[in-house]
Amino acid sequence: MSELHGEPYQPQSGFMKWMESRLPIMGLLYPTAVTFPTPRNLNYWWTFGGILMFCLTVQIMTGIVLAMHYVPHVDMAFESVEHIMRDVNFGWLLRYVHANGGSMFFIAVYIHMFRGLYYGSYKAPREILWILGVVLFILMMATAFMGYVLPWGQMSFWGATVITSLFSAIPYVGDMITQLLWGGFAVDNPTLNRFFSLHYLLPFMIVGVVVLHIWALHVTGNNNPTGLNVKSKQDTLPFHPFYTAKDGFALVVFILFFAMFVFFAPNILGDPINYEKANSLVTPEHIVPEWYFLPFYAILRAIPDKLGGVIVMFGAIMVLFILPWLDTSKVRSASFRPLYRQFFWVLVIVCIGLGYLGAKPPEGAYVVWSRILTAYYFFHFLVILPVLGLVERPRTLPQSITQSVLGKDDGGQAESKG
Amino acid sequence: MAISEQHEPHRRDFLYIATGAFAAVGGVAAVWPLIHQMNPDASVQALASIEIDLSAIELGQTVTVKWQGRPVFIRHRTPAEIKTAQDTPLGDLKDQVSRNDGLGGAEDASDANRVVRPEWLIVVGVCTHLGCIPVKDQGDFNGWFCPCHGSHYDLSGRIRQGPAPENLLVPKYEFIGDDAVQIG
Ligand code: HEM
Ligand code: FES
Repeated sequence: MSELHGEPYQPQSGFMKWMESRLPIMGLLYPTAVTFPTPRNLNYWWTFGGILMFCLTVQIMTGIVLAMHYVPHVDMAFESVEHIMRDVNFGWLLRYVHANGGSMFFIAVYIHMFRGLYYGSYKAPREILWILGVVLFILMMATAFMGYVLPWGQMSFWGATVITSLFSAIPYVGDMITQLLWGGFAVDNPTLNRFFSLHYLLPFMIVGVVVLHIWALHVTGNNNPTGLNVKSKQDTLPFHPFYTAKDGFALVVFILFFAMFVFFAPNILGDPINYEKANSLVTPEHIVPEWYFLPFYAILRAIPDKLGGVIVMFGAIMVLFILPWLDTSKVRSASFRPLYRQFFWVLVIVCIGLGYLGAKPPEGAYVVWSRILTAYYFFHFLVILPVLGLVERPRTLPQSITQSVLGKDDGGQAESKG
Repeated sequence: MAISEQHEPHRRDFLYIATGAFAAVGGVAAVWPLIHQMNPDASVQALASIEIDLSAIELGQTVTVKWQGRPVFIRHRTPAEIKTAQDTPLGDLKDQVSRNDGLGGAEDASDANRVVRPEWLIVVGVCTHLGCIPVKDQGDFNGWFCPCHGSHYDLSGRIRQGPAPENLLVPKYEFIGDDAVQIG
């Protein structure tokens, strides 16, 4: 896999030569972030990795400054968030960027994950890369869940109650675990306090796992829309300037989209009832989590049994861990798998449908549909994927990445002409 | 030092194992305070009991009081309600266990095992499904209805229909004279 090493760094100045012989940090970063050989055919779905790094940075930066004004105490938390909104200089902006930033983060991660599903990026040799991605997804969910508790509105409180109570479904030790999580007999001040501590910690754990994720990426290299392996140098381009420019352009468009929410509809993704202070004696009529949890919430409520619902909901995430071994097809990209491509889009619709049902009250036809779609979700991963790899006839694959781009393998001519 | 495949346990082997075991015990002992600090602390435990005056609660009325951060429902039941609760066949109940902290725990869920004085029903107002607070005087059994995921409780606080697995918990309490009760 020698083609996966970018041109090494050559220190030019005397200072950098002195530095590199003591701490070769440029020697590490340069081939990773500048000259890294990247498939020449990556499309815009590949720009979401960079967008995710941007989202994480934005959350950490706005979060740290919000924490300078926020007070993690039940008597003050709600008021301190209002204080941020009204009194703190630019506080409204920082909070709206942070609150909508959570949603943007999830939009980006869902696109990033479905990209992986479509192009088979989870298949050998990228299993660990994919699994680290699922770990990141879980850490993000935990972080966002605890962040949403901090403003201490009605939905903060009741969302926290319902989600932590999931653990009480565990036989024998369930109640011990919920008391340990709460630090009391219900969600209360100790809970808020520790959630703040963990909400501060987890993003930095995410940073750590991102490093591992990128490390794994740089061992196997990027997948690409054809799903073919990189075979020669002409299949690749140096990351900079080609993909820094492409990622940069996509990022600008993404920031415009982000800004549209922050400046024109900052509360549209949130629940208005969270502007009502938490009241431990009154449950709101409708408890709904933030939009990005809705598909999982629908799965939870589809099962009429408490423990069963919890198991199936966590199972919906766990199944992603074993996905690399469930898909039996050797062909990565859905572009060359006529049947898988259709099932992929059915899965997308099913997930959106579950999201829709998660926001509806758990009664009548909504419950029936939640059950059907939940069953299909698991059917897709546990039955369709293993069987499809055996019965599907993939289309003829191009000879190489270069051939798929140029229609012919030009033996390196394109590069020298360029 | 070469160690033969089979040899008598050595003084050194014993020391290795003892050291390893000691380190493992020490590791666990060091982690325990880091975990146990999360459990309910002394100030939370100190709120363990409250006293409530019952004289103001009229027949057929339910009041909610806060105990250990949780709501407790106190229902002054009418004779008709008591009769309905007592006459419910045990076979109709989803959860057959009394769920009464004041009793041993193995009793059946007959109404008699869920009250001290039949006119006073006292239960923790936390849905045993995922912790929402059920709404009084609602649902198919005229007791409580939990709007979160649709659990119906009867006037003995027993789960009759919906995803909740258990009856509403009866806390430990005792009457002080005629008109007051101490919960906890
Ligand atoms: C993975 C990155 C992060 C995500 C997804 C995230 C998500 C969230 C969410 C959804 C909220 C609720 C916003 C609202 O409705 O008001 C929130 C609040 C908050 N977060 Fe974060 N957060 C992240 C990182 C951080 C970091 C690193 C800090 C640093 C301490 C932080 C500090 C806060 C504070 C102080 C609040 C309460 C103020 C408020 O509600 O706006 N966050 N977070
Ligand atoms: S919390 Fe009451 S039914 Fe789910």
